[in-house]
Amino acid sequence: MSAERLSEKVLSPDVRKEIDHWLAKFPEDRKRSAVIPALHVVQDSNGGYLTTELMDAVADYLGLSKIAVYEVASFYTMFDLEPVGRHKVNVCTNISCWLMGADNIVAHCEKRLGIKLGETTPDNRITLKVEEECLAACSSGPMMVVDGHYHTHLTPEKVDEILDNLE
Amino acid sequence: MTDKAEASNPDLVTIEVDGVEMEAPKGAMIIEVTDKNRVHVPRFCYHRKLSIAANCRMCLVDVEKAPKPLPACATPVADGMKISTRSERALKAQKGVMEFLLINHPLDCPICDQGGECELQDLALGYGRGVSRFTERKRVVKDENLGPLIATEMTRCIHCTRCVRFLDEVAGQRELGGMGRGEHTEISTLVGLGVHSEMSGNVIDLCPVGALTSRPYRFTARAWEMLSHPGVAPHDCVGSNVEVHHVHGRIKRVVPRDNDELNECWISDRDRFAYEGVYSDDRLQRPRIKRDGRWQDCSWEDALEAAAQGLMQAVEQGGGEQLGALVSPSATVEEQYLLGKLLRALGSRNVDARLRTADFSDQQTRGAFPGLGVSVADIESLNAVLLVGSYPRAEQPIVNHRLRKAALQGAAISSLNPRRYDFNYPVAEHMLAGPDAMIGRLAAVASVLLEAEGRDAPAGFEALLGDAQADDQAHAVATALRDGDRSAVFLGPLTEAHPRGAALRALAGLVAELSGAALGYLSEGANSAGAWLTGAVPHRQAGGESESVPGLDARTMLEQPRSAYVLLGVEPEMDCWNGDSALAALNQARTVVAITSYVTPAMENYADVLLPMGAFGETSGTYVNAEGLWQSFPGIASPVGEARPAWKVLRVLGNVLQLDGFEQQSSEDVLAEVQALQPAEYASADATDWQGVTHATADEELVRVGLLPLYGIDPLVRRAGALQRTRQGQDRSLRVSEATAQQLQLGEEVQVHQGQFSATLPVLVDDGLADGVVWMPAGIQETAGAGPALGPVDLRAI
Repeated sequence: MSAERLSEKVLSPDVRKEIDHWLAKFPEDRKRSAVIPALHVVQDSNGGYLTTELMDAVADYLGLSKIAVYEVASFYTMFDLEPVGRHKVNVCTNISCWLMGADNIVAHCEKRLGIKLGETTPDNRITLKVEEECLAACSSGPMMVVDGHYHTHLTPEKVDEILDNLE
Repeated sequence: MTDKAEASNPDLVTIEVDGVEMEAPKGAMIIEVTDKNRVHVPRFCYHRKLSIAANCRMCLVDVEKAPKPLPACATPVADGMKISTRSERALKAQKGVMEFLLINHPLDCPICDQGGECELQDLALGYGRGVSRFTERKRVVKDENLGPLIATEMTRCIHCTRCVRFLDEVAGQRELGGMGRGEHTEISTLVGLGVHSEMSGNVIDLCPVGALTSRPYRFTARAWEMLSHPGVAPHDCVGSNVEVHHVHGRIKRVVPRDNDELNECWISDRDRFAYEGVYSDDRLQRPRIKRDGRWQDCSWEDALEAAAQGLMQAVEQGGGEQLGALVSPSATVEEQYLLGKLLRALGSRNVDARLRTADFSDQQTRGAFPGLGVSVADIESLNAVLLVGSYPRAEQPIVNHRLRKAALQGAAISSLNPRRYDFNYPVAEHMLAGPDAMIGRLAAVASVLLEAEGRDAPAGFEALLGDAQADDQAHAVATALRDGDRSAVFLGPLTEAHPRGAALRALAGLVAELSGAALGYLSEGANSAGAWLTGAVPHRQAGGESESVPGLDARTMLEQPRSAYVLLGVEPEMDCWNGDSALAALNQARTVVAITSYVTPAMENYADVLLPMGAFGETSGTYVNAEGLWQSFPGIASPVGEARPAWKVLRVLGNVLQLDGFEQQSSEDVLAEVQALQPAEYASADATDWQGVTHATADEELVRVGLLPLYGIDPLVRRAGALQRTRQGQDRSLRVSEATAQQLQLGEEVQVHQGQFSATLPVLVDDGLADGVVWMPAGIQETAGAGPALGPVDLRAI
């Protein structure tokens, strides 16, 4: 038991300030409500993925048990618990996109990047996320989300253009 | 829950289940009503002591007018509701759920430890299809190491989350969670933290399948080949009810027996896994005598003859006064009573079970026995508690569980201790004070209350209250106790081990009286109360009548060595307040008769006759818990080797010594005899009848606090392998505050000196310790033979 709180050691003042911004939106005794935005803030500040220490720090900062934070972080696919590339590519493979040919898009991405779903390119540029579920753009499938931006009505050519433009 | 709903909501509604009318309190769930009326509804995730998850869907029932089947565990009853648990729609729904549950569950019951006592197996028989239609691949989940107590086979998990909810809601330590999502959901710690709660073993009982099983028991027996007998847990003053399962007289496991007044449906890990100690390698198998300095196995006749001779010789040479007897506070009523009777028949009153008490100056004015002041069940409805020298989480886990329930309902629970303990509930005030300062802090609480009542210090208290500094904490604690309509002050083992314990007890009594709180003792062992009521103390006869001339207490009979000792179930170098003086006294004694389950190297040194006694489960007997509740239990297992129940050993020893009154044929006879001596009502202590004991205040810089740790509390637990391998069992370090470590420039190890004892021990810095406190646990091999549990200690940097 150290006198210094883990959250103060691990989370920068800026990160804490941003979490406070989210905390302010919920009642004082409902800090748990801020766990998803807090994990996003922390993940973004750490190159796109969470470590056990960071999750523990979020638990400490929000007064939750570690396990409660792990549950949330492992439940949502937008949280990564392993190091990732600079860009995250999520191809929706849920039913609407699948019917519109998502499998081909995935195959194309894998071929183009030379990696399988769940892997990162050797140059650490792109992570192809595994089994992305419905991303709520069913009218415009197949689709994918790249670093938070939606790209719809995908074709192999369009995918190439998007991927090639990633630094 | 039904009872609770009933109590809070007297409005009843009438529902119809399978054509039978039932009355139910408004707000109750269907499954509570059907359970109460003995209508069976299948379930996995529902448990009456846990929150409702409604995630297994096995309890789907058919409710009239509802568009689809509803889960009985999460559907509140409404007036006129018509429910069918066996209609075609209900059965179809239940069958469908069962088929889904079995999709990913292995169908290999014969190689599963849970086979034969598996809820899934049972319900699959009732609700499943005969043949699986599923031909695809089943999922496989990697096992996780949760520690030495719980074995995992996570592929078998059906995600009922009972274990997750138990650890969060009851154990107060969220150690497992549902990780991942959908088909990838796994019950896990995610990062391999393990499960460490002192109540963790209950998840084994809760798990409806073979995912979580008992690691020590696993694959050593089958449910149907075991016999089950009721027992009482032998480690703390709760007297948790257990069932002991055995095959051909060998204990295989211990599980809880429901008793809502004591342990509910839980037991602590200590009560569950300590049985392993019964089969420890150092069990004494045969009686032994030391002849010319060499140990020889011998017959019971020879051993008893030698014991009798040794004792008689001491009496003839020095009178009965030369005899002393130390008996475990976890010995049974029958054992304690017969030992006291034997000693008295030999002309000695020097018999004591208060092995870890330092201050006996108030023994005459204390009540008939150290009682809890409230019932165990009522602890959870207290609204203010002060724990003095007490950490129930390690000392009486079930009491801690009840306190936690109280705390979660808003009770203000405060702690006056030399260490900031890891309570698993919010603590109102942590009054952190070294042993000596504890008296001042408690006096401060008393002085606040005196002021509030407008009263002067009662006679005898002036000196104690004189310089009490009433700070904010004292005010907060006093106010909470006074304002609470159900409050209590509990004194723990540290107050017994305190050299000025009488002052603490007197002040606690005063605080309790002034605030209208109950005063309770969380006493040591399973039968401290029994010892006071059966004459296993030197100042009270069996039945509680005071001795006109008290004998020597446990501490004095070691500090003023006797020429002969009888030990019963005791390892004095670890169990006594001062292991150093205990070893010195025993080593100089001419005769030491040890009635014991185990033989230790120390014992081989000082003892002359070793008599093997039955351990837990091998002896019938009775324990009196802290409530004053007498609970008898049968002998279940066959004693190891030639061990015999200790009451029988004492009875025959009485015969060999040709003493009167040792003709009992059974432990029931002994119990009847001692119960006939009990008064209709026990004398209660006048809390403020304090004699004004004036010990000089200790002025040492460093004070050892040497309490018995969770898994070092008695000889049985010390030998329970799995418990010893837990994190708590491995925590054997000496701890000091940051300031002490810096001042003495301590490294990773430190040399410790206390009386004749010296050792090199690993040291940890712990900022939860009061200044000057050296946390140095007793009850472990590393500190065996150390000096006073609470007293000066010398540390030297290496």
